[in-house]
Parts: sequence; structure tokens; C-alpha cells
Amino acid sequence: MAINEALRQMMLLDKSVFLIGQGVKSPWYVGNTAKGLLEDFGPERVIDTPVSENAVTGAAVGAAIAGMRPIVVHPRMDFMMYALDPIINEAANWHYMSGGRGSVPVVIWAIINRGSEQAAQHSQALYALFAHIPGLKVVMPSTPYDAKGLMISAIRDDNPVVYIDDRWLYTLEGEVPEKVYSIPIGKGIIRKRGKDVSLVATSYMVVESMKASEDLKKDGIDVEVIDLRSIKPLDKKLLFESVRKTGRLVIADGGWKSCGLSAEILATISESGNPFKNIKAPIRRIALPDTPAPASSNLEKAYYPDHRKIASTIRDLM
Amino acid sequence: MEPIIKGEVRCPVHLYSGEEAIATGVCAALAKKDYIFGTHRSHGHYLAKGGDMRELIAEIYGKQTGCSRGRGGSMHICDPEKGILGTVPIVAGTISLAVGSALASKIRKEKRVSVSFFGDGATGEGVLYESLNFAALRKLPIIFVCENNLYSTHMPIRECRPKNNIFEIGSPFCIPSYRVTGNDVLKVYEVARKAVDMCRKGQGPVFIEFMTYRLRGHVGPDDSIQGTRTDIRPQEEIAKWRKKDPTRNFERYLLRDKIFKRENLEAIKKEIRRKVNEAHIFAKKSPYPKKGELRKYVFKE
Repeated sequence: MAINEALRQMMLLDKSVFLIGQGVKSPWYVGNTAKGLLEDFGPERVIDTPVSENAVTGAAVGAAIAGMRPIVVHPRMDFMMYALDPIINEAANWHYMSGGRGSVPVVIWAIINRGSEQAAQHSQALYALFAHIPGLKVVMPSTPYDAKGLMISAIRDDNPVVYIDDRWLYTLEGEVPEKVYSIPIGKGIIRKRGKDVSLVATSYMVVESMKASEDLKKDGIDVEVIDLRSIKPLDKKLLFESVRKTGRLVIADGGWKSCGLSAEILATISESGNPFKNIKAPIRRIALPDTPAPASSNLEKAYYPDHRKIASTIRDLM
Repeated sequence: MEPIIKGEVRCPVHLYSGEEAIATGVCAALAKKDYIFGTHRSHGHYLAKGGDMRELIAEIYGKQTGCSRGRGGSMHICDPEKGILGTVPIVAGTISLAVGSALASKIRKEKRVSVSFFGDGATGEGVLYESLNFAALRKLPIIFVCENNLYSTHMPIRECRPKNNIFEIGSPFCIPSYRVTGNDVLKVYEVARKAVDMCRKGQGPVFIEFMTYRLRGHVGPDDSIQGTRTDIRPQEEIAKWRKKDPTRNFERYLLRDKIFKRENLEAIKKEIRRKVNEAHIFAKKSPYPKKGELRKYVFKE
């Protein structure tokens, strides 16, 4: 409902904002996030579409080039792979290849929708793919407060923003102010201050990391939990400062391990040199194994790392 | 041609020679506020919609004064103030974008018309069919202009499609569709006018297939890449189409019907030559983008 409020408020404030995508009329696709918008803003600004990810995303990008601020929703990120051309070739490059004369203020909203034995094509967390592309910004909220604030920032941004949220977060409840507020893109936040180890996470892994930090309190380990909020640009300063302070680093990444976010964070900190002068323990990465998502729940348990895995990894470092 | 052969122009240049009547006729039917999107072969679209000759040539030379500040080159030209929203070489890449611009003008109730220029090769891409369907569903003011020059890069279109029926593509989507010669500017204008009227009245979209031929190779003067001639089209075929050159066609018409005297035409040609030369001089004299500004324009600040 936090996202719903962000959409409603921005559509009220700015006539150029509109929502387009598959299933925006149906709670089956996007939960309550689009509830009531069609009734309030009409079918001209709340556009349910056929299954045509490529053309529909392209239409959103084209409308943005023509001065609108569309939000195009992909209820399952896996299906968004059909739309890589308008996202990567067109939207991401547009401002650069036009020498700054054209811009694409579009929000590409992708929902990761995994677990429940949905298997390989209903589960993929592909944010690292988009973070690789120059010209795209990538944000991932982990709380209802951030879900609203980051959506508002994404809509207001003059660049294409890939906004990725995880269905596993949809049952979370939290304080969401009624007012219009934004969360700066490119800024992370310390969810829990600590002195012994920096635990860097994003999206759903922040929830698991907070649980892990609670577990570790009993062991007398004081964890600092960092929620990146933005995958691109990365809040390097926040990372450097935390690692410099704690001397230990664990990254909890909800995506695959190879060439992923965890590797990028590690390389970024490594290149900067400074925080490593007083490093006290080897760096550890917790990520998905380089394996497609399985169906069987027994295999799912082995596939998705949880707070227990994070806690045991940190215990081993101390 | 000369600057390409001499190496002064280094970026791939896809010449529009032979297809000029299509851009000219279609854009003559448009208003300044209308939008166009193009392809890798869009110099003609750019100029016909009011783009600046000097900025175009400077862009091809990779200069800071180019229409895309030297970041785009020949295949990425634009002038948003003139409604030239962009051109790209990804085959069919701008069709959905043009649909989006039509959606924008429909939401804003502006009565602008969008034109999507693409080649026959683009009919092999799925996004075209998705776009036709979506545009028809939303009754968007867009004209799909297929410039059928008979070749998809090197491959004859007859080897790409089981039937020579591109103009029929719109029918399953209930889109009025036409096939017209693309080498007669007046016929192009006539059908474009009709299509623009339909779009302005809210009866869009419209699909038009223009039959044409490129008189040069796919890229550069004659597809001459590192000394190898790669244009495999039959010489007789090229010669046959050369006789249908749209600019000569129109010239003959103007003289025959005594609309222009030969000396008037010569004066116009002289003026065009002067403008082109001046644009090349401007481009050559212009500075290159600064190396320190490599990363400028990645994001809009």
C-alpha cells in the first residue's frame, strides 16, 4: 500500500505521470499496489496491456522521450527479459547518444516473485544485470517507508530508474507518513549500528540480516547492518566508513554470486584501499549459488540463504 | 561520398540516396509539432523534418557542434525541438518508442501525429507486431511507414518473407494499410496527407508500405569495407532503379509541366550545393568533444 500511495500522490501532483503494464487492473498480478488507481485516474492513465513486454516497455520509454513520466510495471521480472531492448539499448543510452538533448524519465518497476515452488522462470532476481548498464539507476526498497520514498524519487528522476521490489516484502508492515517524501537515490542507510562487523544487504536480505544481527547479539557480536537501498549508484562512502570502523565485511546478496552485486561491492571496497588497512578477517559473500531456482521446496531451502546462514557465517569470522 | 573515402568521416554512414521522396513527402504532410522516429538510415528524415544541415554533417564528423554533440554519430541523430525525437540502428528499435510518443500525445490530447520510419528488414522483428496491436487497441495517432528497399542489409526481402505482402501486415490489427510507390514524391505526399488527416481525427493508426530502392550500398558509398565490395545486388537491378531516381523523376515532372524553368532548378541545385559545402566546412572547423567530457551526458543531472 506504500507503493500505491506513492503512485496516487504522484499522479495527483503531476499530470505527466501514468501507470502502464500487464495486470494493473488485477490484484492477482500486482497485489494491492494499483488498487483504486483505475477508478480515480481512468483508463487513459492506468493502462492495462496485452502480454507484449517489449512493445509496452518501448511505449513507456517513447512516452518518456516525449515528455511524460510513465511507470511501466513488470509483475514478474523474468518476463521483463523480453523488454531488454527498450531498457538497455534505448532508455539507458538515450541521454548519452543524443548528447543530452533527449531524456527518458521512466520508472521500470520489476517485481521479484519467488519461492513457493515457482521454479526457474518465476524467481529470478536480476538486478545485477541492470546495474551493469551505464545510464540506468537501480533501486531496491526493503521497508514500506522506503518503498514509497524510493518510488517517488524514481518518478521524479529525469533518468530511467529500474525499481525492483521483492514479493517476500509485501506482507511487511511499517510506518509510512502520509506526506509526499523522497529518499535520495544513491544513498544507503545504516539499519543497525554496530562495531564488530559490517553486514551489507539489500531488499529482502536486509530483513534476514536484521534477524541475524538479533541472533548474534546473544553471542555478544555487535553487527552493523547496512541497507544499500540503491544498487546503482552505490553509496561507496557509507560502505568505506563502515568497513573502516568494523574491520570485517559480510555481504548478503539476494542474487547470484558470479559477477554479481556482492562482487561489485567487494571490488569497490578493495580498490579504494583504505578500509583494508585494518581488516581483521576474511571477507565473506552470501549469495545465491550459481544455479537456477529449483521447484521442490526441499531444494528451495538449500537454495535461498536465510538469517541462520548469515549468522553462522559471521560467527566463523569472529 | 568524398569525406568517407578520404577517411575524414569515420563513423558508419548509411546513405539515403534513392529513397529521398519518402522522407520528403511524408514530412511535408506533417506539422512542426509532430513527432518522428527513424533508423540507421535517417539523414533524409532529419532534413525533411526541419533538422539543421550543419548540425547533421558535424555529427557525422563526430564534432561537438553536431546535433548529438558527437556522442551519437550518423545513426543517432535528433532535434527534439523539431519533433525529430531520435534514430537508432537497432532494427525495429524505435517502432515501440514512436507508439509511446503517440500515446503521450493522446494522453495530453495534443493532436500530434507520430511517424515511425523503418525498413523492410524490421518486418522480421516481433516488436513490430506487438506495436501494431497495441497502437490499434489504443487507437493511437501513429503512421507506420515501412520503406521497402527490397533488401534487409544484404538479404533480399523475398528470402526473408514467404510472400511479398508487407502492406498487409496491418490488416489483422484492423489498421488501414496502403502500398504506394516510394519514388514519386507527390504520390508519397498524397497518401501521407490522407494518413495524417486520419490520425488527427482520431482514426489512427495507419500503415503505409513505400516501394523503393537504395542506390548505394547498405553502408558507405558501395559497401566497400577494407577493399572488398560487399554489395551483391545485381548490376542490372541497380541500373533499372537508377532510372527511377526520385529526385530526377520530380525534376522531369517540374520541367515537363512547366512549373519550374530549368534555370530556376539550376539555381536551387546551386544553393543546395552551397549549403552542403558550407556544412562540411563548418563540420571540419568544429572542435571535437573534449576527452575530459567523456562521461558527460551518461545521466541527466
